[in-house]
Amino acid sequence: MSATKDDTAVADRALAPYWEAARAGRLLLRRCNACSELHYYPRPLCPFCLSADGEWVEASGEGVIYSWSVERRANPPYAIAFVTLREGPTLMSNIVDCDLDGLAIGQPVRLKFEEREGQPSPVFRPA
Amino acid sequence: MTIKGKAYIAGIYEHPTRKAEGIPLSQLHAEVAKGALDDAGLTVADVDGYFCAGDAPGLGGFSMAEYMGLRVRQTDCTETGGSSYIAHLNHAAQAIATGKIKVALITLAGKPRTGGAPPGRPPMAVVPPDAPFELPFKPTVLNLYAMCARRHVHEFGTTPEQLAWIKVAASQHAQHNPHAMLRDVVTVEEVVNSPIVADPLHRLDCCVVSDGGGALVVVAPEIAAQLQRPKVRILGAGEAIKHTNGGEMDITWSGAVWSGAKAFEEAGVRPTDIKYVSVYDSFTITVLMQLEDLGFCAKGEGGRFVADGNLISGVGKLPFNTDGGGLCNNHPGNRGGMTKVLEAVRQLRGEAHPAVQVKNCDLALAHGTGGYLPTRHGSATVILERA
Repeated sequence: MSATKDDTAVADRALAPYWEAARAGRLLLRRCNACSELHYYPRPLCPFCLSADGEWVEASGEGVIYSWSVERRANPPYAIAFVTLREGPTLMSNIVDCDLDGLAIGQPVRLKFEEREGQPSPVFRPA
Repeated sequence: MTIKGKAYIAGIYEHPTRKAEGIPLSQLHAEVAKGALDDAGLTVADVDGYFCAGDAPGLGGFSMAEYMGLRVRQTDCTETGGSSYIAHLNHAAQAIATGKIKVALITLAGKPRTGGAPPGRPPMAVVPPDAPFELPFKPTVLNLYAMCARRHVHEFGTTPEQLAWIKVAASQHAQHNPHAMLRDVVTVEEVVNSPIVADPLHRLDCCVVSDGGGALVVVAPEIAAQLQRPKVRILGAGEAIKHTNGGEMDITWSGAVWSGAKAFEEAGVRPTDIKYVSVYDSFTITVLMQLEDLGFCAKGEGGRFVADGNLISGVGKLPFNTDGGGLCNNHPGNRGGMTKVLEAVRQLRGEAHPAVQVKNCDLALAHGTGGYLPTRHGSATVILERA
């Protein structure tokens, strides 16, 4: 993040287990103990019922491309995507280590982490 | 309680500039305000409500109210991106219907071509909580809307040629608008043969980037009765915010599903009653999804619905964006809601260009989408009637 207001650091601390796991190459989702819903991006309060009683769940790292596009004007071009995790939630990410002309909706992809602006970020490569 | 028939659009103005070199943003706001008040036959002293969004300089409406010498009893700075101004229209009608104000002024201005405030991105004191989970992946307006198009193509078989028809229709209309940035009529082939900018969207699937602005004056019935210009009655309005819902996403539909249904319910009319539609057109896919979501055709049928000139005035069944829209005319501040209302009012007044004027246009719908279609966006719909 280029913007580093004080509240960003506070927000990061509130999600410390997420960022610690990310640095270790593991993606954590949040499950609500009140309504049992899984959500991502993770929040201290469940976005389905606002309960603060939640737990961390590690994602398998398996997913499929829900939708994608290639930003052709960028140098170099890159693939942005929404990936639906095996566990259910869909998240924004990039597809990396791939043929930009060979992507398809439904294509199986596998999690890896890449450092983006000093932040471990979950990206995906073709499975 | 309803706004139906309780408020009238009495004045409109669209700034003729598309490149506001040397004109400060504050002055653009004041110029469009003056234009709309002149059109209504009112003065700044008559205004008792002011509505603006994040494109206005200063905190909320404070600076612009001071700059223009407004004395307001109600203000509303709802910020839902380009849909803000249709939300403002709804809020102004609510304030008038409850007797809080009599004359509302709504302004928009923006200068994405020549500088000024960053369009559509008001300064955020606190980084939003979604940012660390999205910005590392370099989302852009283009690739976000492109992903909606990609999924729509996948689920419903929508074709690039069908999407192209939307640009073709806009260009057919824009040729008659002397202020339009793109006045050349284009063909389906030209659209699909233009370079891909973010798969599957081509350059000609995209709107223009322009400076400019617009304003609306909304008044109580007793004020409207004293004015000379043709009046437009507000029949119903709806608003919604759609977001990523904790990761349970379906990006093939927009918040227009909710805002449109509410507006139709309040107005007591159906999509088949609408003679003219102004619908936000940042990209061709935006138009197609909104027309489906507003109920002009079934979900997934949008491609067939927009093809073969069905959106061209005098040719098709549902004339749209007869000023050329954002796709060809202008897109002040990268925000489309205001200009959508302006052209709907022209149609209802019978003051659109004669080549695109819809015959007996007594009922129109204007719809805006603001923000980012697949992640977080605002939707606002208004249904208007010739008074």
